[in-house]
Amino acid sequence: MIETNNIPVAEKLTSKNFAPDQDVKWCPGCGDYSILKQTQTIFPDLGVKKEDFVFISGIGCSSRFTYYMDTYGMHSIHGRATAIASGLKASRPELSVWVVTGDGDALSIGGNHFIHILRKNFDINILLFNNQIYGLTKGQYSPTSEIGKITKSTPFGSVEQPFNPAELALGARGTFVARTLDRDTKHMQGILKQAYYHKGTSFVEIYQNCPVFNDAAFFLFSDKETKKDNAVFVEHGKPLIFGANDDKGIMLDGYKPKVVKLNENGVSVNDLWIHDEKDRIKANMIAGFQDDPEEHLPRPFGVFYAVDHPTYEDNMKEQINRIMGKKGKPSLNKILSGTKTWEIDR
Amino acid sequence: METKEEIIEVESVVVKFSGDSGDGMQLTGMQFTDTAAFLGKDLSTFPEYPAEIRAPVGTVSGVSGFQVQFGSKEIFTAGDQYDVLVAMNAAALKVDLKNLKKGGIIITNTSGFDQKNLRLAEYPEGENPLDDDSLDNYTVYKMNVSGLTKDALAGMGLSNKEIERSKNMFVLGLLYWIFDQSPDFTIKFINEKFTGESVIAQANINALKAGWNYGDNTEIFNTRFKITASNLTPGTYRSITGNSAAAIALIAASEKSGLPLFLGSYPITPASDILHELSKYKECGVRTFQAEDEIAAICSAIGASYGGALSATTTSGPGMSLKAEALGLGLMLELPLVVINIQRGGPSTGLPTKTEQSDLLQAMFGRHGESPLPVIAAESPSDCFSAVYEAARIALEHMTPVIVLSDGYIANGSEPWRFPSEEDLKPIEVKFETEPNSENGVFLPYKRDEKLVRPRVIPGTKGLEHRIGGLEKQHETGDISYEAKNHELMVKMRAAKIEKIADYIPLQIVDTGKEKAKLLVLGWGSTYGTLKTAIGELLEEGADIAHIHIKYLNPFPKNLGDLLKNYEKVLIPEINNGQLIKIIRDKFLIPAVGFNKIQGLPFTTSEIKSKILELLKN
Repeated sequence: MIETNNIPVAEKLTSKNFAPDQDVKWCPGCGDYSILKQTQTIFPDLGVKKEDFVFISGIGCSSRFTYYMDTYGMHSIHGRATAIASGLKASRPELSVWVVTGDGDALSIGGNHFIHILRKNFDINILLFNNQIYGLTKGQYSPTSEIGKITKSTPFGSVEQPFNPAELALGARGTFVARTLDRDTKHMQGILKQAYYHKGTSFVEIYQNCPVFNDAAFFLFSDKETKKDNAVFVEHGKPLIFGANDDKGIMLDGYKPKVVKLNENGVSVNDLWIHDEKDRIKANMIAGFQDDPEEHLPRPFGVFYAVDHPTYEDNMKEQINRIMGKKGKPSLNKILSGTKTWEIDR
Repeated sequence: METKEEIIEVESVVVKFSGDSGDGMQLTGMQFTDTAAFLGKDLSTFPEYPAEIRAPVGTVSGVSGFQVQFGSKEIFTAGDQYDVLVAMNAAALKVDLKNLKKGGIIITNTSGFDQKNLRLAEYPEGENPLDDDSLDNYTVYKMNVSGLTKDALAGMGLSNKEIERSKNMFVLGLLYWIFDQSPDFTIKFINEKFTGESVIAQANINALKAGWNYGDNTEIFNTRFKITASNLTPGTYRSITGNSAAAIALIAASEKSGLPLFLGSYPITPASDILHELSKYKECGVRTFQAEDEIAAICSAIGASYGGALSATTTSGPGMSLKAEALGLGLMLELPLVVINIQRGGPSTGLPTKTEQSDLLQAMFGRHGESPLPVIAAESPSDCFSAVYEAARIALEHMTPVIVLSDGYIANGSEPWRFPSEEDLKPIEVKFETEPNSENGVFLPYKRDEKLVRPRVIPGTKGLEHRIGGLEKQHETGDISYEAKNHELMVKMRAAKIEKIADYIPLQIVDTGKEKAKLLVLGWGSTYGTLKTAIGELLEEGADIAHIHIKYLNPFPKNLGDLLKNYEKVLIPEINNGQLIKIIRDKFLIPAVGFNKIQGLPFTTSEIKSKILELLKN
């Protein structure tokens, strides 16, 4: 018997239990298929009763996800999934609530709800499928599209600088910030599990390929030939090592991260940056690796930041229980009459 | 002691407390009101305050007023004109003199009429209304309230600022003397409010008593009022504002339905008090969520409703606009939700602290797509309880968002309320489906019952996992469907479901007057008190009129159309540019006549009376 959230689970679920009764209708080759598969794969291991899972999504290709998981779910309106999930979790803390969103849904139209749910720290898991493009509306630039991006709405190139979602999540005081990618299935499974086990809002950015409108945006980080030199997979307590033969590392020179060759110029593993997921400042530095083009820092994946912090729903429940305990629950008649009444008699 | 003053016996009196925003006029008015209520008077209040928190001191824009009509007969409005005006400074007199009855009483604080105050109130240089003949038509009592309060509190070791803050209590004490009301209620209030600050409490009590004694001893007052014995319906009463009534209605509906209460709200004038009030009831398990914006407020409420709560969101016009998209979702999901709109002057930021009835058409039609929703209007402060309770009942029993329209006038206004007991309240039937509802163990989330209502299943229910969403649904299965005929069917189904609610609400009654008459006055919402008073007075004079007040605006009570046929003319007064009239003309094809006021103020009784008389003449 597995125990999680103190709920004993008798029956063993398999990934098939979560497969939907209807056809999945994403484009062939869409990165969403992998995310769906990994989610269905890890869910039986979480020890949650099937009926206690809830998916809330907004609008966009990613948000169709809800229809493809045989759990409870709501496919809501553009950008608002996080707000709807907040109310659901506040009133039903025992449910395992998952939000599926995209770069447009979460960071553009839903930007306000996104930063506030992170700050409030409901125990909800947010999966942001970042493909750096608007897919469902057929190819406009998104808030994560790079400067100069040619799209239907920017035929001469985008003039806006993009958001870095991990930086934004850290700035909004998120308590769990991670990144993974669609084509690294094992890594994704690990990150999804860690997101589930983190108590608080878990934010997972998933680099997701859109083969139709923004193909190969992240292949640099997943193709065999380029992956090792361009991506670093951070793990708590382990040094930042990457490179084709695990021969490169990252060191801190004061406040500046630097790429070093291992076993050259007297540099050993012991000199490297050891990842500490509790360190907020360093998590911000990791999230910002891509902003230092001269240094050619690899793109980071993994859990950048994870700290314990009381959840909104626990704080709310504690306050209600404390005041109920102190004052006692009044009768409805007492509430109707209030404290000051008077009689009119004849 | 010898008393020379004349005692006037009256059925009702209107008093206006007027001063600078910092003068404590709202508190003074509320205390005066609570005392009157406690002593068995019926009453109605009208607080009016500026939109700015601290408008420039002494200016006309900084004037804050509190009007109360109280008496022994049934009172439905705060009164057209006041018998007594308390003017704490020159600006207050300038703003509020126009509605003082000829021959009325003015009580002024002379220290508020110094050169600086006169200049700030924009009186011409060298002119002081207290010194010239401009107030000859009134009885004016001039006193240096600041100085008198200072004298009364001398030796208590208080700062000038603290003394100045007590001057409203001096005025209140004097008013209690004039109206023969006991100050005991307020003394108790002060002791409770300033627990642990005994010096401040004592200072306020001393100022209050000094005001009373000033009236009793100085002999400058030659008029006192005595309100004749009350003839209110016997029973137990409390004082209530519209917003407080709305808050406890939600708690009552939560108790009667057995569902936990969730409120998602974002602060907005004049609705915030519902959020404040409900936030106090933690001991009842109420979950209040101050969301990051209006959209999140309604969306969080939809989320909580999905989870099985009795869910509500509160707002005012601009916030209502922001919620419109999510209302469409709530309607499509067919989830219960109470949406309370405390209307204010619009559009845009408009007149945030003033009243208006201009969101009716928005409530009826202000969404994308074909999206009818039930709409209920509250007609008085205490009626906000029954309007909100009914909204909750309909939302839960008919699985739909329901819009409640209140407005600034009744939300902030208060009146005595012969409150119901738990047993008096209609039961609220809620059922959560836990078993498959069709053959072969299949669950159909959009299979409807005889009310056309779909089953409510909450997450956590074993074996009934399913998805809902904003895309069009296939009839019964709830699966996504783009099929042409199905869409038409579902649009008509959703409309029929709302229309069907008419079978579960009371029939329309004629409030006052005859079943058949020359003229019907048809109203909705907060105009109730004024219309009732005006029509009552004209009926006594023998006018051939009647009054119908609609609470259920969508769907209308089934007999409304038949009732309307019994009148030669129909007059529809509204605090907007004509909204109910459009719906009535459209629905019943009658040539109704509109009467509209769009000044951020309620109608006065005399305005209504003259309009009725004008129509009766033609």
